[in-house]
Amino acid sequence: MNSFSLTHVGYLAVAAQWTIVLSLLAFVGGAVLGLILALGRVSRLAAPRRMAVAYIQVVQGTPLLVLLFLSYFGISILGLNVPPLLAAALSLTLYTSAFLGEIWRGCIEAVPRTQWEAAECLGLNRFGQYLHVILPQAARIAIPPTVGFMVQVVKNTSLASVIGFLELSRAGQVVNNSTFQPFTVFLVIAFMYFALCYPLSLASRHFERKLHVGRQ
Amino acid sequence: MNYEFDFSFLAGAWPRFLHGAWLTIQLAAVAIVLGFVVGAVCALARTGGSPRLQRLVGAYVEAVRNTPLLVQIFLVYFGIASLGFKISAELSAALALTINVGAYSTEILRAGIQSVAKSQIEAGECLGLSRLQVYWHVVLLPAAERVYPALSSQFVLLMLASSVTSQISAEELTAAANLLQSETFRSFEVYIIVAVIYLALSFLFRAAFWAIGQLVFVRRRRLGTPL
Repeated sequence: MNSFSLTHVGYLAVAAQWTIVLSLLAFVGGAVLGLILALGRVSRLAAPRRMAVAYIQVVQGTPLLVLLFLSYFGISILGLNVPPLLAAALSLTLYTSAFLGEIWRGCIEAVPRTQWEAAECLGLNRFGQYLHVILPQAARIAIPPTVGFMVQVVKNTSLASVIGFLELSRAGQVVNNSTFQPFTVFLVIAFMYFALCYPLSLASRHFERKLHVGRQ
Repeated sequence: MNYEFDFSFLAGAWPRFLHGAWLTIQLAAVAIVLGFVVGAVCALARTGGSPRLQRLVGAYVEAVRNTPLLVQIFLVYFGIASLGFKISAELSAALALTINVGAYSTEILRAGIQSVAKSQIEAGECLGLSRLQVYWHVVLLPAAERVYPALSSQFVLLMLASSVTSQISAEELTAAANLLQSETFRSFEVYIIVAVIYLALSFLFRAAFWAIGQLVFVRRRRLGTPL
C-alpha cells in the first residue's frame, strides 16, 4: 500500500484537464443547441415552440446519469465501439442545452416589448430584429446566469466517471483504490473542483452586480 | 443499423422497477424534509446570527454548491467508513443528499428572508408577538411562500440527482436498473424505461409540491394572489 503523495496529486491534476476539456465540449455543444431551443421556444410558430417545450421537459425530467447511460448504450447499438468521451460529451450536451435553452428564453423575453416594436419600425425583418436588436441585449442579461450554470456543467462532468471516462472523479477513485485514504483523496478532489467552480461562481455574482448597476 | 428492441424482460421485471421507484421516492422524501429543516435553520443563522456563524454557514453553502454531488457522496460514504463507523449505503446516501439540498435550500430561503421588509418585523413586534412567533409567522412562512417555486424546482432536481447514489450501491431506481441490465443485457431498453419512470416521478413530485403549496399557504389559496 502506498500512501497519498505528490505523485498522486500530479496524476489528479492531469485528470482535471480532462474535466476541463469535457466541460468545454459540453458547454459549446450545449450552447449551440440551447440557442436553437431558446429561439424555438419564443418562435411565433406553434410547432417549433411545442417541440422545444417537449424536448426541455423530457431532458429536465430525466437524471443526467440516465441520459449518460442512454447515450453510452445507444451509440453502441449503432455498432460503434463507443469512446467514453463521445458518450459523455453527447449526454452533457443534451443536458446543458435543455437548461441553457430555458435560461436564454427567459433572457430573450426579458428584453422589453418596446424594443421589438422599435426594431419593426426601423423596417428590420424578423431575422434582423433578432440579430441587431434583441439578441445583443439578451446576451447582456444572459451573462450572469450562463456563467452560473457553467458551474453546474463542470460539476456534472463528474458523472462521466460512471462510464469509465478518466476525469477527475474517476482518477480519484483510482487513487483511492491504491492508497485507501478516502478522506484525504476525496477532500483533495473536492478542493480541485472547488478551485474550478468557485471563480465561476464569483464571476457570475460580479456580472450580476455590474448588470444591476447598469439597469438602475 | 439493425437493432431489434426487445422489451420482453418487462413481464418479469416490472415489480422491480416499481420497487426501485418507491425507494427513490422514500430517499428523496427523507432528504427533502431534512434538507428543508437544515436550510431553514441555516438561513436564519445566515441572516440573523453572529458574524462568525454567518461566515460558517456561508462556507458550508459555498463548499457544497461548488463541488459535485458524486464527490460529496464518496466523501460521506468512504469518509465515515474510514473513521471506523459502519453505516449502510442508504444512510450515507440520505445523509449526503441532505447535506447537499440543505445548502441549496439555505441559499434559496436566505433570498426569501432578505426580501421580507424590516417594517413587517417591526409591525409583528408592535403586535406583541414573541421573537419566535415573529420568526415563524412574519419571516419564515412568507419567505418560504415567496421562494416556493424555486424551492420545489430544487427538490425535483434533488429527486433526479438521487440517481447518483447508485454509485455507492444504495438501493434505488437507478441501482435496480443497473442490476437488471446486467442480468438481461438489454441495456438500452432498461434505461429507456428508467428514463420514463423518472419523468413520471418528476411530474408526480411537481404535482405533490403544488398540492402541498395549496395546503400550507392558506393566504394564497384564499386570495389567489402572489405575495
